Parts: sequence; structure tokens; C-alpha cells
Amino acid sequence: MIAALLIALGQVLVAGAGAPLLVGVVRTLKARLAGRRGPSPWQPYADLRKLLGKEPVVSTTTSWVFRATPYVLVATMLVTALVVPVLVARPALGFAGNIILLMYLFMLGTFILALAGLDSGSAFGGMGASREVAVAALAEPTIIVAVFAVALRAETINLGGIVERLAREPLLAANPAHLLAFVAFFIVMLAETGRLPVDNPATHLELTMIHEAMVLEYSGRYLALVGWASAMRLFVFMTLLANLFVPWGVTSLAEPVPVLLGLLALAGKLAVLAAALAVLETVVAKLRLFRVPELLAGSFALALLSVTAVFLVP
Amino acid sequence: MAAAGPLVALAIGLVAFVLGLGGVAGNTWTVAVPWLVPLGGLELTLDPLAGLFLALVGGVALPASVFALGSTGRAGRGALAYPVFVASMCVVPLAANTMTFVMAWELMSLASYFLVLHEREERASVRAAWVYAVMTHAGLACLLAGMLLMGAWTGSPRFADWRVAAPALGAAARSVAFVLLAAGFAGKAGVIPLHVWLPLAHPAAPSHVSALMSGVMIKLGVYGLLRAGLDWLGVGPAWWGVAVLLAGTVSSVIGVLYALVDHDLKRLLAFSSIENVGIILIGAGAGMLYHGAGLEGLALLALAAALYHTINHAAFKTLLFLGAGAVVHATGTRNMEGMGGLIKRMPWTAACFLVGSAAIAALPPLNGFVSEWLTFVALLQNTRIAQPILNLTFTLGIAGLALTSGLAMACFVKAFGITFLALPRSDAAARAHEAPPVMRTAMVALAVACVALGLGATLVVPALVSVAGALTGNRTPVAVGDWLTLGVSGGFGTLSTLAIAAALGAALALPLIALRLAGAARGRRPYETWGCGRMLQTSRMEYTATAFADPFRRVFDFFYRPEKRLDIEFHPGARYFVQRIEYANPTRSIFDDWLYRPAIDALRVVARRARAIQSGSANVYLAYILAALILLLVLA
Repeated sequence: MIAALLIALGQVLVAGAGAPLLVGVVRTLKARLAGRRGPSPWQPYADLRKLLGKEPVVSTTTSWVFRATPYVLVATMLVTALVVPVLVARPALGFAGNIILLMYLFMLGTFILALAGLDSGSAFGGMGASREVAVAALAEPTIIVAVFAVALRAETINLGGIVERLAREPLLAANPAHLLAFVAFFIVMLAETGRLPVDNPATHLELTMIHEAMVLEYSGRYLALVGWASAMRLFVFMTLLANLFVPWGVTSLAEPVPVLLGLLALAGKLAVLAAALAVLETVVAKLRLFRVPELLAGSFALALLSVTAVFLVP
Repeated sequence: MAAAGPLVALAIGLVAFVLGLGGVAGNTWTVAVPWLVPLGGLELTLDPLAGLFLALVGGVALPASVFALGSTGRAGRGALAYPVFVASMCVVPLAANTMTFVMAWELMSLASYFLVLHEREERASVRAAWVYAVMTHAGLACLLAGMLLMGAWTGSPRFADWRVAAPALGAAARSVAFVLLAAGFAGKAGVIPLHVWLPLAHPAAPSHVSALMSGVMIKLGVYGLLRAGLDWLGVGPAWWGVAVLLAGTVSSVIGVLYALVDHDLKRLLAFSSIENVGIILIGAGAGMLYHGAGLEGLALLALAAALYHTINHAAFKTLLFLGAGAVVHATGTRNMEGMGGLIKRMPWTAACFLVGSAAIAALPPLNGFVSEWLTFVALLQNTRIAQPILNLTFTLGIAGLALTSGLAMACFVKAFGITFLALPRSDAAARAHEAPPVMRTAMVALAVACVALGLGATLVVPALVSVAGALTGNRTPVAVGDWLTLGVSGGFGTLSTLAIAAALGAALALPLIALRLAGAARGRRPYETWGCGRMLQTSRMEYTATAFADPFRRVFDFFYRPEKRLDIEFHPGARYFVQRIEYANPTRSIFDDWLYRPAIDALRVVARRARAIQSGSANVYLAYILAALILLLVLA
């Protein structure tokens, strides 16, 4: 019981404290790839600290929805950190839901943030909200079908079960159809976390942005919370990708040494994914908004192929 | 006097709710009054499935009638039709023979027809009622044909006798009966492409009637479909289940696509009802397929998911329609482009509508999420049927359901955000006032029901599994977890909405406390929304509902077939001065263009041909009668 609680706290701490670093590392790597020195990977922490100390300006147009949203957003992300296998295969809240719950928790975050965007009453907020929900809605089928592809091979949809099964039978994870599901899921991750080529997290150019337009009215501690939640979203998605498709190193035991080893393995896997993301974001340009559905349709086709491969090639 | 109708309906609802719950608990009975109705007599049977739907009618009639007490609409109009409507809906699930069923069914349709005709001076209302009458009677014709054929083949109008005799009938005969019955019931349920009456009729009625129509009347179509496909006609061939599953997938995706681009708040809700019936049918179709394949545990799971979504949709759609009714009452318009800012003027209505929107968007830990989760879990186990064609059908259902839930989330961000948030878009919205306490009571009760149905999932699911078991004739208990956790199919999937809610609550409090302890800046400075340097913010700078839905309109333009109409009037002296610009961007309904218009045209052509034998002379008509008589005698 105590161990489970400690693990749960540890998961939240790792996700909450590690998320800004992950974002910082991607930024630094991108800067280096572009030939700039760039800020230190620890810069996001300084940004958060500065924002937390500032008094927020809140539009008189807005209602309580706008003020409650940052807290709800952070809460959903913290709960996802309890469900996803960050340190151990079966975290404390793993029984409460599975990967479908996870996707709907992300959707809860999108829902409430889009409402906050509309609440500001500016065209930017509405524009961002409209685009964000469009991308999220079109990404949804890919996520579920990719999940289905993985669940088919592991014969369960409980995240812990999938991780343990794939760790036990590495051949399952090496299946080419599994790779298809991984690629599909990776594309969806780019869309869901607002990365290139779907959305550019580094720009404030009104006409191209999605996520940044939606949160334009936030400032002070509210902006800090929203930014922290976005970072956690990236962290949780990447952890999911890392531990679900490459489950080596994730332990089923709640003991100090395996958990620490698991943490190291996770750090390594996340570093690789972050580097891949940085390279990808450096070499591709942002897609026009109305080309994004084609990208998502492509990822859906990959996920569907991965599923049909199971039916046709048992 | 005006309150008499709702009060009677309230009493009927209360009795129905209690009786229905008794039926779900296994307290079954039969009443037969042979002399009351011709051709078989009145016969009512309460079994668990009938009890569930009876409780549903009662459970929705209660808040809807309470809401009606608070509305100050035209007194007297519909005072008789409303209680008759509620009473006939109570009889439909209880009916145990053809005559009782058809009479209750027709009474329900007629009563709702008069309620749809509420604003009988308005052309749109009259047209809605007309389309509704035509479609519902076409459905009735199918139902009657199916039921009379079954009666002829089995030699009995009683449903209990069909149950016994059906397995002995040929597969072709049963399929004919299934197609006829399913078409009739699907028309009432609003399954695409038989849905055309629904978005016209539901918004035209007063809001508490819209709530009843969307919340329960269309569910009685689902009830009939479940009865026909699983009970009356026995276990059918796999294509019945495939047809129901695919019809559900198509209805859910297309229903939500239409809801997304509609800016009439009540019509949006009506289209969303089509979507939710689709989700229910996905579960029902999966249940039929599993039942046919002999996987009883999975069949029960899928059917329980369908029944759960039936209840959930009744809860949140009633809530949303009542909320929309309060908004329409306050602003005098159904057009969302004229709303906005209502959250400050109608805080109670807004909070209840938000709960309903989150529930219908299937956000955890509310009730819509639980039933969609159950449906997904049931669908995801389809590989236990080893037939690639069926597996692909299931996969289509999974993808369709996922797309639907994403689009529904977008749709209800729009429905809530445009209606209630930001600045009011019209003077009427700026002057809006909160609904009277009676109306608020009804809405708050339904919002509480949405939360309770989500958190109490572990209590609801076992009851629904036993109802489904009574329907498929499977009495072996199925494990669905303990009080805290829903665990289905031996650990394939587990869910605990209670634990999620507790964790969300704790996670909500954590940053608040942490920020206090860390000494973050408190307070906030009120100021205007940033407007790129403009001094004054007006509602014209806000994103409109049309603009919000535009990405979807573009992505799915092959389906919406939008048209662009631009009409500019220049100044007669100089073309540089524009006097008036009119821009419209309507979508076209492919069902009207490609299905109903050709069908109606063909009907017209046939009718014109038939006019040739209509001379208007009585003698000729007498000759026709004589000829028909002789022909019949010869044939007999």
C-alpha cells in the first residue's frame, strides 16, 4: 500500500517535474540543429517560475470557465500520469482505466481548453479552439484503431497488461505490423501535442497557429499552468509511445532498484524520441491547415493496415 | 388549468418509473383484458426489458413535466395530447400482442404529431408535422406488414407465441419479417437514411416534448429493434447483426456531421440524437453478432453497453433539450449566432448545460463515457469470432465510433461555447434572464442523474447485464467486477469512474494548494480582451458558430456539398462603393437530393399515370368495383 502510494507520487513527480525539461531539451536540440546556440534545457523552469510570480490579466469578457480551465487542465494531466506506466508497468491508478480512458482524459483537456478559448471572445481564441478540436476529432479514430492493433496482439487493453506481455515476448513487438501502429501513433502524437508539421509550438503568428491562438488570453499563473499542462501532455504521450511500443526496462516490481533502472531506461528512450522529434521539426515545414486531415488520414490507413494484418495473417 | 396536462403526465411518469424498476428487478406480470380491444384483446406483459424502457419513459417524463409546469407557453394547447403521448409511450414496451402494440404505437405517433404542430401558424411547423406524419406512417405500414406476416405464419398475434414458433420458420421468412420490422423501427429511431423527419419534427415541438421525443420516443424504435432481432424472431443469420452494426456506424458519423454544421440549437440536438441512436445500434449490432456466434458473455456485454447508452442518452439529451428550452425561452431565438454571454445571465442553466455537454461528449467520469467505454471494450474483442469479414465490420464500427466521439466533442464545444460564453451576440441575448425555479429544478435533477449514472456504473452494469440476459435467454451470471471497479471479460478491461473522480478531485486541489504554499502571486487584474490594438471589444469580433464549424465543412465537403452564394449590390454611381453584401454558405442534404427527391418524383409520375383511369364518372367507378369483385372471386 505504502509502496503503491510512493510509486504513484513518484510517477506524478517524474511527469510533472520532467515535462519542462523534455520541452527544454527539444528546444535546445532544435536550436543546435538550426545552427543557433539556443537557451539552456532548463529554461522552461525559469519561464514557469517567472510566470508564477506575475499577476494575471483576465479579460472582463470571460466567465468562471476561463479561470477554472488551467486547474482542470493540470488535473487531467496529473491523472494521466497516474494511469500511464511511467516507472512501473502497473501504476496505482492503472486499474481505474485503460488506454481508452487515457485518450478520453486528453479529450477532456481539449474540451475545456477550447471552451476557454471561446470564452475570451476574441477571434484568436475562437480560431484556435475551432482548429484544435478539428485536429483532435480527426486524430481520434487513428488513436483507437492503433490501440486496437496493439491490444489485439497483447490480448488486453490494460496498459500494464500490454507492457508486461510485450516485455515477455519481444517477438510480438518486433512484428512489422506493430511498427505500422507505432508510426501511426507517432503521427497522432505530433497532432495531439501540437508539434510540427501540424502546429508550430514556437510561433505566435496568428494565422498559422492552433494551440497558441487558443491560449492567447492567458497570462501570469494561468499561463504557467497551461504551459505546464501542455508540457506534461507531451511527456505523457512520449512516455506512452516509449513504454508501450518499446517496453524493455519497465518493471512490474515496486522495488527501488528496478524502479530506478526503469527511470534510467525511460530517460534514455525519451532522449531518443526527443532527438527524433527535434530532427523531424527541423526538416519538415508546417502543413497548411487543410492538408492536416490528409496526414491524419494517412496515419489512420497505417493503423488500419496494422489491424487487418492480424485478421488476415494470424 | 394549463397545468393539468403536465400534472397528469407527472403522475403517469411516477407510476411508470416505479413499475418499470420493479420489472427490471425481476417482478414480472401479465394483464390480459380480452374484450377491450378487438382482434386479440388488450394484453400487457412486464418483463425486464419492458421494465427498463418503461422506467426510462417515466424517468424522462418526470423532469420534462416538471419543466413544463414552469413554462408559460400557450395555455391549453397540447394539454390533452401531452399526457396521451406519455401514456401511450408507457404502453408500447408493455404490449404483448400485435393489436395492443400497433394501437399504442399509432397513438404515440398521433399525439406527438399534434405536439409537433404546436405553432400551427408557422409554415415550417406545418411542414415538419407533415413530413413526420408521412414518414411515421410509412414506418407503420412496414411494421404492420411484418407483424401481420408473422401472425399469419405462426398463427398467433401474441409475441410470446412468435418466440416459440419462430425457430421453426424458414430462414427466408424470418429475414423478410426482420427487414420489414427493422425498417419500421429504424424509421422511428431516426436511423439514416430514414431520419429526415427527425431534425424537422423535434425542434418544432415545445422543448419538454422535444426532450421526450429525443429522450425516449426514438428509443422505443431501438426497443422494437432489440425485440425483433433477438427475441421475437429468434437467433438470425449474421447479416442481421452486420446490417444493424453498419446502420449504427453510418447513423452515428453522419448524425454528428450534420449536428456540427447546424446552428439552430434545437436542431443540433436533434441531429445529435441520430448520432446517439447510432452508437446504441453499434452496441446492439455487436450484441446480435456475438449472440449469433454463441459468445454469450460478449453478447451480454455489448447489449448492456447499448442499454446503458440508451439510458445515458435519455438523461443528457433530456437535460440538453430542457436547457435549450430555457435558452430559447429567454432569448426568443433558436439561432446560436444570436446567443452568447448567457453564462453570466443564466448561471444555473449554463452549469447544467455544461454537465450535459461534457456527458454527451463522453468525457470521464460522466455517464456517456462509461457506455462508450463499454461499447469499445465489447467491440475490441471481436477477434474471438474468427471470420475476417465480420472482423472488418467490427473494425469499421470501432473507427466510426472513435470518429463520432471526437466530432461529438467538437460539436458540443460549439454548442456550449457559442451559446453561453463570451459576449452576447444580440440584444435579446443581452437581456436574457435565468429560468424560473421549477425549470431549474428539473435541469439540476437531470445533471445530478448524469453524474450519478457515471459514478455509479458498478451498480448499473450488473442490472443491465441481467436485463440483457433475460432478453437473450442466458441466465448464467457474468462477472462485471466489484463495487469500485468495473472489470469485464476476465480482466480484458477495467474501469473505475469513482477512482478517476477521486483522483481528478485530488489533482484539482493539488496545484491550488501548491501555488498558495509556493507564494505565487494572488489576485488578478480585470481588463479587456486583446483586440490587436482596437479600443473596444464587440461581439462582432467573436468567432461565430459558422466559422467554428468551417474546418469540418471543408474537410468533409464531399459530404456537405456546400454552396457559396455571394450577392453584392454596388452603388449606381461608382462601383467602388458597396451598398449591400449578402453571403450565404448553405450545405445540401445528399439524402434529399439523391434519395427522397427522386423517390418523390417517381411517385408523382406514377400518380400522373394513375390519373388516366380517374374519369370522375360514378358509373365507371361502379364498373371498377364490379371488376375488382369478380377478380377477387376468381382468385379466391
